[in-house]
Amino acid sequence: MELSFQMVMSQVMLGLNNGVFYAILSLGLAVIFGLLNIVNFAHGALYMLGAYVALLGFTSLGPLIGMPDFHLNYWAALIVAPLVVGAVGIVIEKTMLSRLYKFDHLYGLLLTFGLALIIQGVFTNFFNVSGDPYDAKPEILGGAVNLGFMMFPKYRLWVIVISLLVCFGTWFVIERTKLGSYLRAGTENPELVKAFGVNVPLMITLTYGYGVALAAFAGVLAAPIYSVSPVMGSEMIITVFAVVVIGGMGSIMGSIVTGLLLGMVEGFTKVVYAPASSTVIFLIMVLVLLVKPAGLFGRES
Amino acid sequence: MKKLCSKVALSVAVVALTSGMAGAAAKGVSDNVVKIGVLTDMSGVYSTLGGKGTQVGVEMAVKDFGGKVLGKPIQVIGADHQNKADIASAKAREWFDNEKVDMITGLLNSGCALAVQKLGGEKKKITMNTGAASTALTNDACTPYGIHYVYDTYALGKVTAEAVVPAGGKSWYFLTADYAFGHSLEANTAKFVTKLGGKILGSVRHPLSTADFSSYLLQAQASGAQIIGLANAGGDTTNAIKQAREFGIDKKGQKLVGLLIFDTDIKSLGLNVAQGMQFTSGFYWDRDKGTRDFAKRFYAIHKAMPTMDQAGAYSATMNYLKAIKAAGTDDPDAVMAKLKSMDISDFFAVNGKIRADGRMVHDMYLMEVKKPSESKGEWDLLKIVKTVPAADAFMPLSESTCSLVKK
Amino acid sequence: MNKILWKILVILGLAAPFIVYPVFMMKLLCFALFASAFNLLLGYAGLLSFGHAAFFGGASYVTGYLVKNSGLTPELGILGGTLFAALLGYLVGSLAIRRQGIYFAMVTLALAQIVYFIALKAPFTGGEDGLQGIPRGRLFGMLDLGQIYSIGGSPVALNLYYFIFALFCLGFWIIYRTINSPFGQVLKAIRENEPRAVSLGYKVERFKLMAFVISAALAGMAGSMKSLVFQLASLTDVSWHTSGEVVLMTLLGGVGTVLGPLVGAFTVVTLQSELSSVGSWITVIIGVTFVVCVLLFRRGFVGELGRLLKKSL
Repeated sequence: MELSFQMVMSQVMLGLNNGVFYAILSLGLAVIFGLLNIVNFAHGALYMLGAYVALLGFTSLGPLIGMPDFHLNYWAALIVAPLVVGAVGIVIEKTMLSRLYKFDHLYGLLLTFGLALIIQGVFTNFFNVSGDPYDAKPEILGGAVNLGFMMFPKYRLWVIVISLLVCFGTWFVIERTKLGSYLRAGTENPELVKAFGVNVPLMITLTYGYGVALAAFAGVLAAPIYSVSPVMGSEMIITVFAVVVIGGMGSIMGSIVTGLLLGMVEGFTKVVYAPASSTVIFLIMVLVLLVKPAGLFGRES
Repeated sequence: MKKLCSKVALSVAVVALTSGMAGAAAKGVSDNVVKIGVLTDMSGVYSTLGGKGTQVGVEMAVKDFGGKVLGKPIQVIGADHQNKADIASAKAREWFDNEKVDMITGLLNSGCALAVQKLGGEKKKITMNTGAASTALTNDACTPYGIHYVYDTYALGKVTAEAVVPAGGKSWYFLTADYAFGHSLEANTAKFVTKLGGKILGSVRHPLSTADFSSYLLQAQASGAQIIGLANAGGDTTNAIKQAREFGIDKKGQKLVGLLIFDTDIKSLGLNVAQGMQFTSGFYWDRDKGTRDFAKRFYAIHKAMPTMDQAGAYSATMNYLKAIKAAGTDDPDAVMAKLKSMDISDFFAVNGKIRADGRMVHDMYLMEVKKPSESKGEWDLLKIVKTVPAADAFMPLSESTCSLVKK
Repeated sequence: MNKILWKILVILGLAAPFIVYPVFMMKLLCFALFASAFNLLLGYAGLLSFGHAAFFGGASYVTGYLVKNSGLTPELGILGGTLFAALLGYLVGSLAIRRQGIYFAMVTLALAQIVYFIALKAPFTGGEDGLQGIPRGRLFGMLDLGQIYSIGGSPVALNLYYFIFALFCLGFWIIYRTINSPFGQVLKAIRENEPRAVSLGYKVERFKLMAFVISAALAGMAGSMKSLVFQLASLTDVSWHTSGEVVLMTLLGGVGTVLGPLVGAFTVVTLQSELSSVGSWITVIIGVTFVVCVLLFRRGFVGELGRLLKKSL
């Protein structure tokens, strides 16, 4: 394959498209990790769940509630799916995770691993593993834009823009607002924050809910691009874990920037040496671990 | 403790040896039952084109045969091989060893198919493959007990290339599923493309069940090839076709050619997207009265029209049972001899014959996807453009590298 | 530990091929050794590796390749696989022990994923098809492991079974000795209180690495055994699902107990084989077991039993 400018730019653009998914997902993991100190293994499954809420809302919700003509459209799904999945997350946190805080954090990882298997298994039984198409892409986002070096689908451009907005919005709230300062303080010293009259358990629950809602949001964004399938999350989550390790766990900006960068690196690798594209992120992880064990943006503990 | 281990091990081994090695040479029906195992993808990428439908086909055949052969009952059991060779071979081993399964059919994935056929060869059990495509099954990996029933990558590549290249599709670029099946399909197609004067500009390999084909498609686009050949199947093929449209690739004069497409894929793509595509198939439900009758009965049970894998499983089972009846025993050697000598002729197979290498040759069809305006119903998807006689469609026996072929 | 109990177990193991389906039994032995090796790391050094499939599966590929393509005898093939796993364990371990707790788990997971990709892409692994048709061969060039005996009308590869059983006993004995050696005592000390172990002058990192290598090597031996039993090395063995499964076996049976991993492996393998007819619901069942186990009995079967009997099992 020739290394033309056009080819490199196209692949890097597609890489960025992938990168925003890494960014949103690793951001969600970072938010959760920051306060709860658990690695949410179910993140991929909840991302998949988000896509299914959108898909089923479009195809099956109408007939189910006796209104065959009702379809939950794409824009509504962008709001509804995160809310639904966020609620699921809150239930998970309240009924299960909260029982484990007094034990080793590893139990949180194991619990969410089990949950991931359950969610994925259930969907595998009811839906086609090869994926179902989500045909609710709005007209306005159809077609492609000429970027000069390539024709780029409008929808993918929209995904990049909205994801960046959501990522940086989240960063702003956590790093620059009062609400965020409670969160950060809660991470450092929950007892002290409690003393100031903040309801810490509630804060933890809502944080978990928000983290998984982000995953669901990414799932809805992904639905029109990829087929919606029960395994879409499990394929993604391991890569996202590597992204998180590289960025340094718990760092908000770190997770966003690393996600975007690694997406582009992956895209670039596809031009240079395609077979390595699925491994390159893990190789970078090894290098980072050798040089900076705490990750690029992490602090040594 | 190790000492104890080995000491007792030795003594028990001696007991086992002296307890004798009973050989069982059977006349009539062994174990008083003929058991057929349907081992296929029940939940994965290929489950819609095989899956439960394949088992339905087999069960229909057993019922149509009368449920009994040589006065003994016929049983059907099914399992999911999840497209993993290890699961397939473990299941098949258990079936052969413990469940007394006499024949396994289905096997919707080359890796699984090769593993199970090899095991069948070792254990002297018949495998009638209706799902997998790799030509290895009837070449290097052939066994005296293995039959490859429906189609293979040679026939798919040859028939399609012979239709596309003379019509102007001279330069090709392949998107290939990165496992035995994809490699075999690419190699076989490329061989005929070059033979017919076409050129191969390159290929890119993608993992099984790829969600995002965009970067592969861009590479194909950059190659400037007239034809982008899809050497993959199932969900991978439909995803690639859909995303090619998203990037406007088809609008720039490049054409996508799916090398292995099933009716169910067209169904999920929709005629709007798929219209005009040509591909090769071993069966179409709407070919003649016989196929329509079968399809109607099949639809009543499975709520979908049969694919070539599912119809092939019916035909394979039916002919297996006929062979048992004719041979008067279910002894694998006798049944195989019968199968290889009799004509295979039913609604599924026209001019069918099972060769020495295990290949069942029969007429193949070049199909074209109808325009939405031509379609008269939900399943009215395709038309047969050309019928390719058995002798022209499959690899000649003289080219087979199977050790069973006398040269 | 109770000597009578051990004797009963050994006799059961020896008689097993005459009672249950031997392939099932051999699978069980492979996973029991795998889980025991994993338990050595988690239960006695307190390190949760989420990438142990890399050693298990990696070794099964190496053994398969050595036996099939290089024509080595089975015992050399298994030795090769085990050594490979030990080496791989050294590389992964050196990187991973730089981090602790959850980080350690994720680093091992990600590193194992590299092994997975290599298994998928390398020219000698057969990609998605796996390495098929691995011959069982002749032990020391003499005893045919593929020899089939008829027991009650069913074909049984008795030689292979006793070979696998002997290897299992050897592996298990090594683990048992390691746990009860001074080395094992230091590991426990590190698990309980790492700073204290450091202050006592122990080179903690070296002990952890050593434990990691032993665990990886024995996990590899289990994988090598499996490739002979099933005559196949495949991607499943190196995938993260397998890493998760071994965690479950250990957790279910009882982390840090000698018998726990055996009980856990027995439960999970039996579940899988008994429930194979429910198809993909098996994933759900495994998931539910995981959740229940984490929430309700973190000590596992053997751990809870031990607590009831007030005894360390």
